[in-house]
Amino acid sequence: MLEFFKRIFNPQPSSVTARERLRLVLLSDHLALAPDVVESLKADLIAVISKYVDVDADHCDVTFEQQESVVAMLANIPILGMKPVAKAPRPAPPPALRQAQDDMPPPITDPSPVSASTAKPRRRRRRRSNANAAPAHG
Amino acid sequence: MHPSTELRAGYLEEDPLPAAPPAPQRRGRCIVVTSGKGGVGKTTTTANVGVALAAGGARVVLVDADVGLRNLDIVLGLEARVRHHVLDVLEGQAELDDALVSDKRVSGLKLLAASQTREKDDVDTPAFRGLIDQLRERFDYVLIDCPAGIEKGFQNAIAGADEAIIVCTPEVSAVRDADRVVGLLGERVKVTLIVNRLRPALVRRGKMLSVEDVNAILRLPLLGVIADEPGVIVSTNKGEPIALDVASPTGQAYRKIAGRIVGTETSAPEIPREATFFGKLFGGQR
Repeated sequence: MLEFFKRIFNPQPSSVTARERLRLVLLSDHLALAPDVVESLKADLIAVISKYVDVDADHCDVTFEQQESVVAMLANIPILGMKPVAKAPRPAPPPALRQAQDDMPPPITDPSPVSASTAKPRRRRRRRSNANAAPAHG
Repeated sequence: MHPSTELRAGYLEEDPLPAAPPAPQRRGRCIVVTSGKGGVGKTTTTANVGVALAAGGARVVLVDADVGLRNLDIVLGLEARVRHHVLDVLEGQAELDDALVSDKRVSGLKLLAASQTREKDDVDTPAFRGLIDQLRERFDYVLIDCPAGIEKGFQNAIAGADEAIIVCTPEVSAVRDADRVVGLLGERVKVTLIVNRLRPALVRRGKMLSVEDVNAILRLPLLGVIADEPGVIVSTNKGEPIALDVASPTGQAYRKIAGRIVGTETSAPEIPREATFFGKLFGGQR
């Protein structure tokens, strides 16, 4: 039903659809035809993830899949365990952000999805009411 | 600069007035017409570009490399005059001169037909390459009609060529296959593009990929654009390549393509115009 209405009201000419399909299919083709690029991407990916967790490098699988409107990279990287906790030093934020961060409470070390979804919007609302607050973004 | 031209220049410096200069034979250019996808108009393009080149005064041989599915003779209207084919020559069953069919409408145009009853695997690639080299000594242009696909027939067809014309229609599948073929041709081959079967009215209404859309992907020097028009079908029905008809816009377009290949035509390729109502009503071709 939704598809039907989409078709009726979609003003997009079919040449635009063709262009988009062509772009996606060529992206997939070029990835498939460049196994060396994919291999080195996979190696880099594993190297980065290995900084944080122990991975089973022999059973990693990186593939590309053409989906509805994007080409997606699917990485299946088995994790064997955590690395001993060593906090990576974070790069210093730009000055504009630093002031906004000073208003915020210290970052939560282990954010669960619940705390993130309840705490964040409240803070944002409060800050927005404060006319003198420094912009949080850019 | 072509090596033989360099040679000649050196020769002239030493002796400015040679009695009877044994002009070094300049090797002809070998251009393969290919596309990857079938049914986009490779054979029609080969026939018409060949006719247009010959009409411009060049010595041209058209070689059908589509062994097993030969069609170039049909499109040219020469099917009744083919006696020997390319494999006869390669296997020593016929002399090259006996296998070359002359086109009586345009002087300087010859056809070397493919074998209908054989297979592409029967063609020995080095031998085919040798034949092409032999033809390049005798003709200004050797145009090879490449079969569809990227298998043995394609490999044979491109073996002796150092230039390629990609024929591509404004369709997703054709552009995709053309992109693949360009990748397979590699750096060695100089590649140009003909966009075939364009329907300007559909492009205007956003119902067909435009020449720009196609070439945004392929990024090739554009030789020309051929409209999808009834005249091409009618001329193929009759076995009279439309390039013979100088009055038709498509015939003109092929002549300009030939001019761009030779280097005499410097104008940028034109996008075909839409057929007018009266043009459709009173179109001469039947």
